Amino acid sequence: MYILKEKKEYDVVIVGSGAGGGMATKVLSEAGLKVAVVEAGPHFDPANPEQMTQMKQPYHSPRRGANTSRAFGDFDMAYGGWDIEGEPYTRAEGTDFDWFRSRMLGGRTNHWGRISLRFGPLDFKSKSRDGIGEDWPIGYEDVKPYYDKVDKLIGVFGSKENIYNEPDGFFLPVPKPRLHELYYKKGAEKAGVKVMPSRMSILTKRINQERGVCFYCNQCSRSCQVYADFSAGSCLIFPAQKSGGQIALYTDSMVREVTVDGNGKATGVNYIDKKSGLDYSIKAKVVVMAASSCSTARILLNSKSASHPNGLGNSSGLIGKYLHDSTGGGRMGFVPNLMNRKTYNEDGVGGMHLYSPWWLDNKKLDFARGYHIEVWGGLGAPSYGFGFNPNDLNSFFGKPVGGYGESLRQDVKKYYGSLIGMDGRGESIARKENYCEIDPNRKDQWGIPVLRFNYKWSDEELKQAKHMQNTFEEIITNMGGIPLGEKPGRDKNYGLQTPGRIIHEVGTTRMGDDPKKSVVNPFEKLHDLDNVFVVDAGPFVSQADKNPTWTILALSWRTSDYIVDQFKQQNF
Amino acid sequence: MNRRDSIKYIATGTLASGLLFSGCDWAEKKEAVVKSLWKYKYGRTPSEIEHDNLLLSQKFFSQEEMEMITQLGHFILPRNEAGNIEEAEVPEFIEFMAKDFPEFQKPLREGLTAINERAQLQFNLSFVKTDDKQKKLLIDPIAYPDAVAEALLEQSEFFTLMRNLVLTGYFTSEVGLKDLGYQGNQPNVWDGVPEDILREHQMEYDPKWTSNFLDVDKRNDVAQWDGDGNLIT
Repeated sequence: MYILKEKKEYDVVIVGSGAGGGMATKVLSEAGLKVAVVEAGPHFDPANPEQMTQMKQPYHSPRRGANTSRAFGDFDMAYGGWDIEGEPYTRAEGTDFDWFRSRMLGGRTNHWGRISLRFGPLDFKSKSRDGIGEDWPIGYEDVKPYYDKVDKLIGVFGSKENIYNEPDGFFLPVPKPRLHELYYKKGAEKAGVKVMPSRMSILTKRINQERGVCFYCNQCSRSCQVYADFSAGSCLIFPAQKSGGQIALYTDSMVREVTVDGNGKATGVNYIDKKSGLDYSIKAKVVVMAASSCSTARILLNSKSASHPNGLGNSSGLIGKYLHDSTGGGRMGFVPNLMNRKTYNEDGVGGMHLYSPWWLDNKKLDFARGYHIEVWGGLGAPSYGFGFNPNDLNSFFGKPVGGYGESLRQDVKKYYGSLIGMDGRGESIARKENYCEIDPNRKDQWGIPVLRFNYKWSDEELKQAKHMQNTFEEIITNMGGIPLGEKPGRDKNYGLQTPGRIIHEVGTTRMGDDPKKSVVNPFEKLHDLDNVFVVDAGPFVSQADKNPTWTILALSWRTSDYIVDQFKQQNF
Repeated sequence: MNRRDSIKYIATGTLASGLLFSGCDWAEKKEAVVKSLWKYKYGRTPSEIEHDNLLLSQKFFSQEEMEMITQLGHFILPRNEAGNIEEAEVPEFIEFMAKDFPEFQKPLREGLTAINERAQLQFNLSFVKTDDKQKKLLIDPIAYPDAVAEALLEQSEFFTLMRNLVLTGYFTSEVGLKDLGYQGNQPNVWDGVPEDILREHQMEYDPKWTSNFLDVDKRNDVAQWDGDGNLIT
């Protein structure tokens, strides 16, 4: 067996350094606690020129940014992807789930879309609204003060709209819409779809002297070198280190299990130093899990002991259950009025300047929950794939497709900026039947049993996806555009993407008041243990049609305040 | 990465597997790899550098195939005042992609071979020896996917792939970006679509939204809000 080497003892060990782990690191260390952060990937700082991809040109990559090496292309700032060599996962027969992991300090916050939406009052109480799923044991009023604090600490642009279920916050100014977004606004409003400025954690205005201001390169997915977008490293962990927090960072360190003493109380974690392959243990009074909902479930299920035979905190048998990802569907259109464009710098911020929140009442629809619409298009930067099938659109004008020579160049220029796309991101229903579990037959390269996923979409999601497609078609047509490709029908699940693909997987350590029906309590503490907390998206009872990050941050802060308070009362 | 670091990577063996694999002369390869490291400096992890350099130190296409790719590239996209496909390093890009995405190898190599055979058959010349007129006769039957004889379907698919790679390689290059008129990827302040373009498209910014828009002159003033979340700076 392995030699377990003891390292220092800490007040808190935090597993994972993304949104949840980053926030816990900041709040707990600034309260004077001694903190260890264990991250499975390497150190990453977007200001490090060795790691930086921001402002690189497509020709700086020999593959011109193609995605043969990184899942979202060469310049995307996620070390990892859907498939990581040596770290497999499996799927139960007849089910489907794709699992995206980013192994690096800051995790997936280095490349995420920065769409920073609060859950609204209705989102915490879905069952009361439609009888499906479960209510959260807490409500918007519990989380609101923390959303406010997150807004001010991290920065988010947006506009006050006074919509009940899209609560306003402390916003920075919004960037003006791009041309295709103005077309979208016209088309969508004609279809009765609400359009408003997007809400993203990008600094259009200075919030302090440590972080820079956005310079509009459109490359937030590459993580910003002046820290003008939110990443957990640049905005939480590094500032906490600078303000004198006692933080020990263990990078390239993969947690195998949470350790317990003879009384079943957590004592820290065992991890593998990926560089040496040796096992170490870290002792701490409190363990905070923030490895991402599925990784946290995996670690807890693998932490079996005499006092916790089904895995740590799993007396309910619910760890891994209620896994749910956002729904996703999209459509692309061609807008002839946007042909032959005069070019100018239209990069803007990294993502859309406008979007549509859910605008309908589900009581009048045949499915339970809503979706928001994201929009793309414009004079974006060419990367691998640009110029493929350069004149397929000629078919709309009775002109030949294909060919060669000067006319091809003119075709590329003619159609540049004339495509627009829409993506629906919606709420799926959390179901006990959708879950991840330990695969008894498979281990990763470190000898750690891997996850097996069981996931199927239900009619609720399919009907929602069908509604999305109808909406997209109507909006594109209203814009004077032509929807491209086949409209996906029932045989193609109405274009509904494979579960996991939207990378909003949540729910594996569900929050609740009843220890038989949930894994953590309203302060994200495992019901079964007094000193283990989960601050990633595992505790989400339902997902809303909102991206999860802002809620992860708010809840992690709330839980961290609770932990600090418990330390003050000497309860650990 | 500076030059010393590049050499350190080689010396510490980070790149050694690539060099061993190619089985070529050490000194010559070292030179090539150091050059490519300088050229492609784009924030790689150590294992990504290793992978890139393995590919950069290998050769897939023969010299004649490379010449064919270059000539086809010029035919697909002729030079203009911005530059040409060689200045855009399109042939190098295609060589790299054939190794980076091995699924390209078969269709590209078989396509090159087939078009060469047709050149021999029709003109008793290898493709690279044909003139523009002869090239046109060889390429016209495979250049328009909607009007291709059944026997030439595979050739047409090959030509479509070539066209895609040539265009994407060109328009992602320094000369191609300029040719396209792409003006981004540089620090700037976005303050909306230029007025004349808004007018041309009969668009305007919703006056209801004006108060939310960024005042570019105040973007360096530290944000402060009143108790209701109204920005006061």
